[in-house]
Amino acid sequence: MEKIKLLGLVGLILLLVSSKSMKYEIGDAVGDFKLKNVDGKMVALSDYKSEKGVIVIFDCNTCPYSKAYNDRIIALDKKYSEQGFPVIAINANDAQISPGDSYDEMVSRAKKKNYTFPYLIDESQTVARAFGASNTPHVFVLQRIENTFKVAYIGTIDDNSRDASAAKKKYVEDAVEALLNGKPVSTPNTKAIGCTIKWKNT
Amino acid sequence: MGKHHSFFMVLLMVIFCVSTTIAQQATVVKFDALAKILNTNSSQIQVVNFWATWCAPCVKEIPLLEKLNANKDFNVKITLVCLDYADKVDKVDAFIHRKNIQSQVLLLDEIDYNSWIDKVDKTWSGAIPATLILNPKTGKRMFVEKELKEGELENLIASLQ
Repeated sequence: MEKIKLLGLVGLILLLVSSKSMKYEIGDAVGDFKLKNVDGKMVALSDYKSEKGVIVIFDCNTCPYSKAYNDRIIALDKKYSEQGFPVIAINANDAQISPGDSYDEMVSRAKKKNYTFPYLIDESQTVARAFGASNTPHVFVLQRIENTFKVAYIGTIDDNSRDASAAKKKYVEDAVEALLNGKPVSTPNTKAIGCTIKWKNT
Repeated sequence: MGKHHSFFMVLLMVIFCVSTTIAQQATVVKFDALAKILNTNSSQIQVVNFWATWCAPCVKEIPLLEKLNANKDFNVKITLVCLDYADKVDKVDAFIHRKNIQSQVLLLDEIDYNSWIDKVDKTWSGAIPATLILNPKTGKRMFVEKELKEGELENLIASLQ
């Protein structure tokens, strides 16, 4: 009896530990989120009712990789928002650790670069945690199937952070193109090379 | 007196030169050079640290690796694998010089990370700092994808003996 109790306890602990590191994988349905945009308004995933999907990118102002990919992220939105896959950028970096990622700094970055897409602040970091985002930029291509969004691609934008023109494998574009053509995504998982998300000190 | 004076001056200069051994330069390499380290059959424990000049937590932990490198009680080989862009080698060299880094520094010129990152460790998300510690004699290895704390490296090495 004591043994059974112990086993139950161990099981419970394992469950708690594993649920803590839950993150979205390919095919998972994504929970709704609502975050503040740089224009002061709230944006929710569920606002995207008629789109075919969205390109969610965990990004920031300060990471050299984010800087290197900035124009490519803007180009992704220009190219795919009209085809039904707009970009939603989310900054989850803690502004105390990374002052360059404060809300005000986000507002000025979006202004300076004329962002055509929402740039949301994930101050509590719950959305980044729920997605299992670890790095910036970290891309999640979501496909809308009726009222749910399912994860179709997780990873990096392409295979050359330094030089966009030299990139051979454009993972995000390939994934979106495949979804637009009703085909399976050939490379649904890559590693998002970049800076670690600056988590709050707890 | 004058003779003694000049002798001490020379001695001081020698000590100065030895203590500030000419700082190294980064060697720009392809993945095969890193693979050689990962697959070495050397008797020395290998500590391979991935970092970049722009990565603040990486820069912060370098003194811990340098301290270990200078400690003759630990028979370990430290390799600092820099992930700055290869065309920024001058910046890396300036950093090495400024910090007077004595450990070997390789600047890895492999922009397509997804082609090699799993070969270092399958669990690696791609973030730095990251450190691989391996004992070629026993085949035991540890991979740490976070900033190292004081004394942590020594404990990890001990666990691989």
